[in-house]
Amino acid sequence: MNPTRHLILALLLIGPPALAAATSDTAKPLAAPPNPAALAPHAAPTEVTAAAPCPQPRGTGDLGIIVERGSGSLLLIETSGNTALGRIEGLGDLSHASAVFSRDGRYAFIFGRDGGLSKVDLLAGQVVRRVMQAGNSIGGAISQNGKLVAVANYEPGGVRVFDAETLEQVADIPALYEEGKPASKVVGLVDAPGNRFVFSLWDGGEIWVADLTDPAKPGVTRHRNIGRQPYDDLITPDGRYYLAGLFGEDGLALLDLWHPEQGVRRVLPGYGRGEEPLPVFKMPHLEGWAVAGRRVFVPAIGRHEVLVIDMDTWTEVGRIPVAGQPVFVMARPDGRQIWVNFALPDNDRVQVIDAESLAVIHELQPGKAVLHLEFEPRGEEIWVSVRDEDRVDVYDTQTFARLASIPANKPSGIFLTDRAFRIGL
Amino acid sequence: MPSGLNIFLGWTAGTAGWLAVLSGASLAALAAVPPVLDSPPVPAEVAVTAPAPVSRERALALRHFLTQDCGSCHGLTLGGGLGPPLQREQVANKPVPYLAYTILNGRPGTAMPPWSRFLTEAEGEWLARELRGENP
Repeated sequence: MNPTRHLILALLLIGPPALAAATSDTAKPLAAPPNPAALAPHAAPTEVTAAAPCPQPRGTGDLGIIVERGSGSLLLIETSGNTALGRIEGLGDLSHASAVFSRDGRYAFIFGRDGGLSKVDLLAGQVVRRVMQAGNSIGGAISQNGKLVAVANYEPGGVRVFDAETLEQVADIPALYEEGKPASKVVGLVDAPGNRFVFSLWDGGEIWVADLTDPAKPGVTRHRNIGRQPYDDLITPDGRYYLAGLFGEDGLALLDLWHPEQGVRRVLPGYGRGEEPLPVFKMPHLEGWAVAGRRVFVPAIGRHEVLVIDMDTWTEVGRIPVAGQPVFVMARPDGRQIWVNFALPDNDRVQVIDAESLAVIHELQPGKAVLHLEFEPRGEEIWVSVRDEDRVDVYDTQTFARLASIPANKPSGIFLTDRAFRIGL
Repeated sequence: MPSGLNIFLGWTAGTAGWLAVLSGASLAALAAVPPVLDSPPVPAEVAVTAPAPVSRERALALRHFLTQDCGSCHGLTLGGGLGPPLQREQVANKPVPYLAYTILNGRPGTAMPPWSRFLTEAEGEWLARELRGENP
């Protein structure tokens, strides 16, 4: 299907109803329910009206969003024709914004820096709910059953949990770790099997596991003294291991969620070999996409290296010299390639590692300030945001040819809907 | 057609009409975060020479740097993140030499790196004055 036909299809589906929303009083709080006329005919009966059913239903499996931090907006994209479908505005301060998706792949939950939590209807191309839930936030997660959305907050430090349908708060977990100290900033919040959320305390050096089986009574298990300044975390795609990267010391902290009674253990202690770390001009990130086969590929802190960890023994099996301080180290969905971007001053390039030989096999130079990468679900293409060029590029991961280039306003995070179906994303 | 409506990729105004543009302008700002900058002593060897002027072109680049790169940790509005908030009220009691020293040399034990590799001393001071709203 060609891109033009796609656009027409999208227009037929979404059609004029949203125009009314666009012309309505935009100064009102964004708490209005979705426009029923914009819903697909297969939506829940309570949401459907007889008026104006959509003539052409559309799936969301090839949709995604790109955060435009320059304008606090989102670009709605589709990956079948690699085009932008529209722009959704009014999302506040989107520095370091991220997103998770509802289990039906229709809604995106956007976590803004300014504490804004927004629910975006991808089919209608509009914000359907929005709350300011804290003063300063860093990301979030959606529960296994899709009913709860949790947000990691810096101010006030802790995790707040919301009903995914209404965005009403259902639980508040302040990260109070020591008498007399302010609540810790929270990082690395992920969902885990059993409707649990797992997160780390940057100031407190702890990992907490919150069981939200009964949202009214969250059961929190604390793991203390896990290491200095956990900066981000990942959960393996099978939902078993939670791995926290440490900024304040060489090493990572590992929690086996099948055996939490065994506590947190240190992985790769002293990987810096006592050498003075290089300055880190951008904090690296960890997510489940670091896993390729039985290996985990993670950024070294203060070193121009990617560390390779064996998941059976949790020991180092290699380190790969790369062009700079790695920020995102992401495995292609088939696990064959690892793509890496970098902090300043090397943030104009992307390196590709062969997962088998551990050699850098290719280098791309997309342009100034490459902020994020996102593979398409089956890995044949990758989207790359190039902030200072106001552009997002799509590359073929086999030939490395640039297939498309889409204008975007200071683009950062790219989030495709297949994350809806993956543990920890 | 609402004035803020964005049209791109060659769409005509008519076909792009479904794009809902939402401002959210009335959302109440939450209570201001109190400044938590602790204050280590300003080092004695702070430069006292008059800084070289920063060109207009360079000033533009520095503003971009402040918003986008400093903003990665301190927030695009400098409202804070992993790094502390750096809005006017938070830096009002921080002298330019202290701010410039921190920018250029970082703060050991925190995530604040030394930026002297990318900035001259004059540019560090320009950024410090920019934070305090003292640049023309």
